[in-house]
Amino acid sequence: MNLFKKAMSRESTAGIIFTLPFTVGFLLFMIVPMGISLYYSFCKYDILSPPVFTGLENFRTMFADETFYKSIKVTFFFAFVSVPLRLIFALLVAMLLLKTTKMTGFYRAAYYLPSIIGGSVAVAILWKRMFATDGVINKLLQAVGIDCKFSWLGDTKTAIWVLIILAVWQFGSSMLIFLSSLKQIPMSLYEAANVDGANGISKFFKITLPLLTPTIFFNLVMQMINGFLAFTQSYIITQGKPMNSTLFYTVYMYQQSFEFYNTGYGAALAWVMLAIIGLITLLLFATKKFWVYEGGL
Amino acid sequence: MREKRRIRNVIYHVLVFSVGIIMIYPLIWMFMSSFKETKTIFQTAGNLIPNPFTIQNYINGLKGFAKVSFMTFFKNSLFISVVATVGTVISSAVVAYGFARFKFKGRNLLFAAMLLSMMLPAQVLMIPQYLWYQKLGWVGSYLPLIVPYFFAIQGFFVYLMTNFIDGIPRELDEAAKIDGCSYPQIFIRVILPLITPALVTGAIFSFMWRWDDFLSALLYVNKSALYPVSLALKLFCDPGSSSDYGAMFAMASLSILPSVLIFIFFQKYLVEGISTSGLKG
Repeated sequence: MNLFKKAMSRESTAGIIFTLPFTVGFLLFMIVPMGISLYYSFCKYDILSPPVFTGLENFRTMFADETFYKSIKVTFFFAFVSVPLRLIFALLVAMLLLKTTKMTGFYRAAYYLPSIIGGSVAVAILWKRMFATDGVINKLLQAVGIDCKFSWLGDTKTAIWVLIILAVWQFGSSMLIFLSSLKQIPMSLYEAANVDGANGISKFFKITLPLLTPTIFFNLVMQMINGFLAFTQSYIITQGKPMNSTLFYTVYMYQQSFEFYNTGYGAALAWVMLAIIGLITLLLFATKKFWVYEGGL
Repeated sequence: MREKRRIRNVIYHVLVFSVGIIMIYPLIWMFMSSFKETKTIFQTAGNLIPNPFTIQNYINGLKGFAKVSFMTFFKNSLFISVVATVGTVISSAVVAYGFARFKFKGRNLLFAAMLLSMMLPAQVLMIPQYLWYQKLGWVGSYLPLIVPYFFAIQGFFVYLMTNFIDGIPRELDEAAKIDGCSYPQIFIRVILPLITPALVTGAIFSFMWRWDDFLSALLYVNKSALYPVSLALKLFCDPGSSSDYGAMFAMASLSILPSVLIFIFFQKYLVEGISTSGLKG
């Protein structure tokens, strides 16, 4: 106890003690698991029997596995369509809500609420029922005169769009981030542009958009990563069906590990996913100098 | 000119209002449907107002399944979320204090590890952690859902609080030190009271994330009496188990109630948390 008190009284050791929970947690719950799974990714392992070292076998299987490629294709399509769409909506709505009126509080709440609860199982169930053959979407289409009994989730072309719409619907948090960056753009820039006779569109492209690029970049990186990792919604709504047209990478990884008991293969898939995410992040950072404005104001 | 502005104003409000309604329409529809008679929900899917109005769905839903009442699932969720949140907030604040106020060997490396942990999402760790918890004998218990959170493993919260403490003048620490306070005392008496807003923001996000967490429950909880709401709802809607959509919507509506209440009463903290640190809602 005395030793602890002594250590706590010196700046250099007190800092180590205060940050100790994270150091231990990081090692115990991230580094050690990643290390174990690295080993298992070179093994044949089915949870029930002990692992057998098979070298690169899992990776060889993977590169010959059509479903693996399919799931990457699906996931990329999902991320590359839903993330830009979500950011565009977020920016448009943020610009609309910049103007403060009596209703602003209500508007902001209505646009933001879906992001708060969008990740829940409740919303996934709701979405599944909305797009069912007898769901509210078809009923509303019938109400406006379109006789639609289409099975949105049963068709390989539309099922993925049901998930994309769900993702785009949750643009609220990006909208809030855009709102706070928009508020930081000085009015004087717009006033100067007015003096020069600029119209709304050129003000947007010459002032607003360039100054927002750092925010857009940040959002893009974070959401691309998250988009690539979508799990709950696809797991509950489609389970990868129909014909694997909505089989997200994470869902495939889950199925391999815990439904087909190819857990060693699943560990290999997890490592490849980490590599892919790292690669996407690096690529995005490499494009940064071409379009992100960093000059400050 | 004034006339023109008024027309533009009306167009603005009509547009923003109606898109806003479209945004929350699915939620309103679910909530209203939960008061309809279960066999009429899809026949009357186009109508919003339940006719006749009934609370039978809630009664049926709360009965739960496999002889476990839905109230048990809510209690389980509440227990997991509260304990994990307490752990997250306390440990993150302690670690954030260490990062914000002390220079020590390896600080920068550790800080980089913290940023890395922000980028390493649960899905990447899903299988690695499963393999590890299985070795520890934790599978089938709440331990994987609770214990890690006592070790500040969610970088977002540490980052949020470190930034917040950075904004507190160091003179306050110095003054307390001259008065004879040790570092732990400074942390408890000076820093903690001043970072209350960050603690509240952290607690709110942590609670909502734990409440909605589905993946770890799916992996680690395997006794129905221990299910949290998220997992119970999923099994409730599995084909074969039940097709009582009224009860399903009733329980789904109840399950998002905590988040909606937090949203209504703590909106300010949510908005600040998201706009200052880019936390995802």
